[in-house]
Amino acid sequence: MLIIQGAISLGLIFSLMAIGVYLTFRILKMPDLSVEGSIIVGAGMTARLISDPYVALSNPFLITVIAMLTGMIAGLTTGILHTKLKIPSILAGILTMVAAYSIVIRIMDTSNIALPPHGPWRVTTVFTFLQDWGLSRMNAVIVVSIVIVVVACVLLYCFMGTEFGSAVRATGNNAQMVKAQGINTDWTVIACLMFSNGLVALAGSLWAQQQGFASVDMGIGTIVVGLASVIIAEVLFRPRMFWTHLIAIVIGSIIYRFIIALALGVEFMRPTDLRLVTAVIVTIALVMPLILEKFRAAKSRKNAARGA
Amino acid sequence: MLNIENVNKTFDPGTPIEKHAIRGVSLQLERGDYVTVIGGNGAGKSTMLNIVAGTLFPDIGTITVDGVNVTNYPEYKRALYLGRVFQDPRAGTAADMSIEENLALAFRRGKFRGLGWHIRKGERKFYRERLATLGLGLETRLKDKVGLLSGGQRQALSLLMATLKEPRVLLLDEHTAALDPKTAKTVLDLTNKIVHNYGLTTLCVTHNMRDALKNGNRIVMMHDGKIILDMKGEEKANLTVQDLLKMFESASGEEMLSDRMLLT
Repeated sequence: MLIIQGAISLGLIFSLMAIGVYLTFRILKMPDLSVEGSIIVGAGMTARLISDPYVALSNPFLITVIAMLTGMIAGLTTGILHTKLKIPSILAGILTMVAAYSIVIRIMDTSNIALPPHGPWRVTTVFTFLQDWGLSRMNAVIVVSIVIVVVACVLLYCFMGTEFGSAVRATGNNAQMVKAQGINTDWTVIACLMFSNGLVALAGSLWAQQQGFASVDMGIGTIVVGLASVIIAEVLFRPRMFWTHLIAIVIGSIIYRFIIALALGVEFMRPTDLRLVTAVIVTIALVMPLILEKFRAAKSRKNAARGA
Repeated sequence: MLNIENVNKTFDPGTPIEKHAIRGVSLQLERGDYVTVIGGNGAGKSTMLNIVAGTLFPDIGTITVDGVNVTNYPEYKRALYLGRVFQDPRAGTAADMSIEENLALAFRRGKFRGLGWHIRKGERKFYRERLATLGLGLETRLKDKVGLLSGGQRQALSLLMATLKEPRVLLLDEHTAALDPKTAKTVLDLTNKIVHNYGLTTLCVTHNMRDALKNGNRIVMMHDGKIILDMKGEEKANLTVQDLLKMFESASGEEMLSDRMLLT
């Protein structure tokens, strides 16, 4: 039960991040590595604002929104580097990611902050009000995450249906055509990066609040985890519409957590094997279509030979 | 309507592969002119079109559209005045989006794009009517992804998108070159129909001499980055392919050897 709840709660939180990765990777067709930075920006900002006794903010929801906005600034940075300053997208993302590392230590004023969820040092997070109503910590996380994921998905879906949103979608599809229709693709790219990194920072914020601490190196491998969820969703559900993609990614993110939980449950595995396991999962998911294709081709050849 | 004045363009200046692609080209299009531009490979006709479209910028010279000097306008800003159809049928449309979504993008050319719904009430009816004028049966497939369409259908859709908001100047960049002969004819007929219906000022680059002679009211021949022939009206109507070849030889001092120009 604990494993299931854990997988669902983490899966929900990280589905926000996976949707962010989907926005850049699939919609914009631009691999954006700055998500590795924006996730710790979101987590770091949240941890500092929640734990610092001199900060007068006591509303964890407001703090979460601020964390998200900080992530959007990271996206804006990458966007400006890429569009206005013409730096290749991967390098622009890496620059933001590297810079974010130092900035997060500045924000937190240390390399990690604890946010105890229980006991006398308990801090107020977006989950505590439900705990006070009598829900277990785990269930509180699940309920709050579901609400946030649903709201984020609905808002994002609506945005993509607007005039500007459809220009964003078209940019990844055919930037040449978008320019010929009088749209400045610089702004559609920047907007998409900002939304993406905002979502990732939101996930980082919730993650820090869920696990009870934030550290500057918690973001390593984020992009691969996001890709894993997106690819699992695509391989398993083959979504075609934007909204089916969103739902598939949320489920894909939860499935990813299950796979990880099961894999790490094996006797000789260590928690630090997490990233290796993730890399293997992504590789398998990526290679799967190729293997299936080969398999199908061999089978049809065999059938053809038998027929002749 | 379109004024190209003394445009020069050199690629890779100061390197061994330096190419003086456009050498002092000037061309004025009156309102309603339908100009076909022909020339061999490397004559500079596509470069000239790209300079007008804003994909490339001239080293010297100015581009004026309807009295507005657009020489320094980036591509997206010029699109307010220009409609474009590309050679590659895939280039003019977004494959993963539906027909109506593509049309909605084109319908808002020159308008601010905010957070209103991108397809509003009543718009679909308008799109259906306009698609019906193509005569390809696309009016029943509004929700289909453009990637499912054939090259000819996509090119016809690109043409419709380029003219959905009436442009000051329509730019056609060998827009039938990638299609099979029959489809090419369909698309060209559609082009003529649309251009005549709206009296559009059109600049059409082509490889095909016969098409260039048959369509439009004015023909321009380019060679080695210069305009070597410019005829219109009666004079143009009486031209034959043989005349063109002869004029090309006398103007350029060489024979026109491109098979593609003769045979297509």
